Amino acid sequence: MKRLFAFQYAVRHWLQGLAAMAFLAAGGAQAALTIDIVGSGATQIPVAIVPFAQENMLSQSLTGVVGADLTRSGLFKMVDTAGITPPPSQPNEVRYPDFRGRGADAIVIGAVATQPDGRLNVQFRLLDAARQTQLLGLSYTVAPTQLRQTAHRIADAIYEKLTGDVGVFSTKIAYILKRGKRYELQVADADGYGPQTVLASNEPIISPAWSADGSKLAYVSFEQKKPIVYVQNLANGQRRVLSAFKGNNSAPAWSPDGSKLAVVLTLEGHSQIYSLNADGSGLKRLTNSPLVDTEPNFSPDGQWIIFTSDRSGGPQIYRMPASGGSATRLTFEGSYNVTPRYAPDGKSFAFIQRSNGSFNVAVQDFATGQVQVLTDTKLDESPSFAPNGKMILYATEIRGRGTLAAVSSDGRVKQRLSEMSGDVREPAWGPLVK
Amino acid sequence: MKKLMLSVVVLGLLAGCASQGTKDQAVVEERGTGATTAGMEGKGVGMDPLHDPSNILSKRSVYFDFDKYEVKDEYKPLVEAHAKYLSGNKAASVVLQGNADERGSREYNLALGQRRAEAVKKMMNVLGVSDSQMETVSFGEEKPVAECHEESCWSQNRRTDIVYKGE
Repeated sequence: MKRLFAFQYAVRHWLQGLAAMAFLAAGGAQAALTIDIVGSGATQIPVAIVPFAQENMLSQSLTGVVGADLTRSGLFKMVDTAGITPPPSQPNEVRYPDFRGRGADAIVIGAVATQPDGRLNVQFRLLDAARQTQLLGLSYTVAPTQLRQTAHRIADAIYEKLTGDVGVFSTKIAYILKRGKRYELQVADADGYGPQTVLASNEPIISPAWSADGSKLAYVSFEQKKPIVYVQNLANGQRRVLSAFKGNNSAPAWSPDGSKLAVVLTLEGHSQIYSLNADGSGLKRLTNSPLVDTEPNFSPDGQWIIFTSDRSGGPQIYRMPASGGSATRLTFEGSYNVTPRYAPDGKSFAFIQRSNGSFNVAVQDFATGQVQVLTDTKLDESPSFAPNGKMILYATEIRGRGTLAAVSSDGRVKQRLSEMSGDVREPAWGPLVK
Repeated sequence: MKKLMLSVVVLGLLAGCASQGTKDQAVVEERGTGATTAGMEGKGVGMDPLHDPSNILSKRSVYFDFDKYEVKDEYKPLVEAHAKYLSGNKAASVVLQGNADERGSREYNLALGQRRAEAVKKMMNVLGVSDSQMETVSFGEEKPVAECHEESCWSQNRRTDIVYKGE
C-alpha cells in the first residue's frame, strides 16, 4: 500500500488511572496522528505478545502494531515480555510458568521468514497460557508492503478468538480533513495510518457514506457552489454525479444491498427524503411533511429507514418503512436529537443528543427505548458504528479544533484521534474487508 | 494456510475537479460593485441604494435564534425594504443564502439553513416579490463568517444573506 504520509503513532493507555504502558511503533519522522485511549473494558484479557523471530529485519514492528490494535480496543492488557529469554517462537520453546508468573492468560508467538521470491512468510500462534494449548495458528505470505495489513489481520484473528466478536482492525475509515481553505476527503486504515486523499476541493465536502461492499463512497460536495451528491469508485477514482437536482442535494445513505440510495432534496423548498437507484434513475419521494426531514439511514436488513425530522417542532428521530409511508417517532428525551445511525445488529441506534447545551453521542435500544449517553465532550457530531458494533467513531471539538474520537458502545472505552495539521470531521467507518 | 488477498488500492486523486474558492460571504457584502442597472433608478447623486450605507437596503443579513427559522420582528423592516426594491425593479434578482451555526449535525444544519432562506423568501412572496426573482440555497454550517466557538460567533452565523445577482 502506498504511503502518502509518514506517520508516527503513539498509544497511551491508562488502566484505572495508572499509566500502564506505552507503545511506540515504528513509523516515519513526521507525527500526524495520535490516538489516546481513556478507560478500559469491564474485563481486560492479559496477553503476552512475544516479538516474532526475525522480526527485527522488518521495516517496522509487526507485533508492535498487533499490540497497539488490541490495546486500542480497551479489551486487552499487554503483559511485558522483556526478560523472557530466549524469546520463544515455537510452542515447544514456551516455558509457560514464565508467562503465568507475569499474569498472562494468552500468549502470542511467531516468526517471519523471507522467501526466495522476496515475499515474507509470517507465522503466528495464539496459546492458552493456563491450559498450555494452542488456540490458533495461522500463516500469511505477503509482499513486504503488506506488513501493516498483516499485523491488522493477526490482531483481528486474536480479537475474534478471545472475545468471540469480529475484529475490525483491518477496516478503513473515511473523513474530511480541512486545512486552511482546503477540504480533503481521505480514506485511512482504522488506526489512522496510510491516509489517502480521494477528493480535494476548495469548497466544503460533507457526509461521506460507504457502500456496503466498501468499493464506493457517496458524498456531498459544494464545488458547484451548491450541495450535489457524487458517488466515487475507490479503486479507480472515477466518480459521477448521483443527484444534482434543483436546490440542495445531500445526506446520501446506501441501502444494504447497494441497489438504492436515499438522499435529501429541496425540490419543493424544504428538505425531504427521496430514494434513487444507484445509477441515479428512479427518483421517488419517501417523506411528505411540511417541515425538515433529513439524515436517512437504512436498517441492516434494508426494511426500515430512520431519519431526523422537526415535524414535532424540534429535531427528533423517526422510523419509516424503506419504501416510505407513515413514520413513528423514536426519541422523546430532550429537544434536539439528530443523526441516527443503526447499529450493525439492528437492535439499537446511535445519535446525537443535545442536553444542557452540550451535544453528545447517545445510543437508544429499539426494544426498551432506553437511552445511554456515551460521551462527555461538548460538540459531538456524525456518529458511525464500527462494523462489529463495538465502537462508535464520531467527530468532536477539542481546544477549538475538529477531532475524531471513538467510544465503545457500552461507553467504557474512549479514544481520541488527533490530526496535527487541521480540522478532522465527518467520519464514516467502512465495512468489514472481505 | 490462509493467504492474504490484499490488492493495492489506488485511490484516484481528483484535485482537478476541485473548483476555486468562492469569495467569503462577508466579503461579498462589502465588495458590491454597484454595477446593477437597477441602481440607476436610485435618487440622489447616482448612489446605488443597495450600497448606500445610510439606506436600509445596504443591510443584507437576517439573523435567527438557535434551531429557529422564524424571521424576528426586528428584521421585518429590512425584508420589507428589499421586497419593495425587488417589486419596483423587476430586472433585479436575489439569491437567499441560508446559514447555521456550527453546533449539531451538518446535515440538519444544511436543512435548517434552507428553512432560513425559505422563511425570508416566503415573507418576500407575501410582500409581492415574484418567485422568478428569488432563489434559495443553503450553506448549512459550512461557510461561517465568524469562526470562534461561542455565542458571539454563533449568533453571526445563524443568518440568511440577501445577495443580489451580479454582485
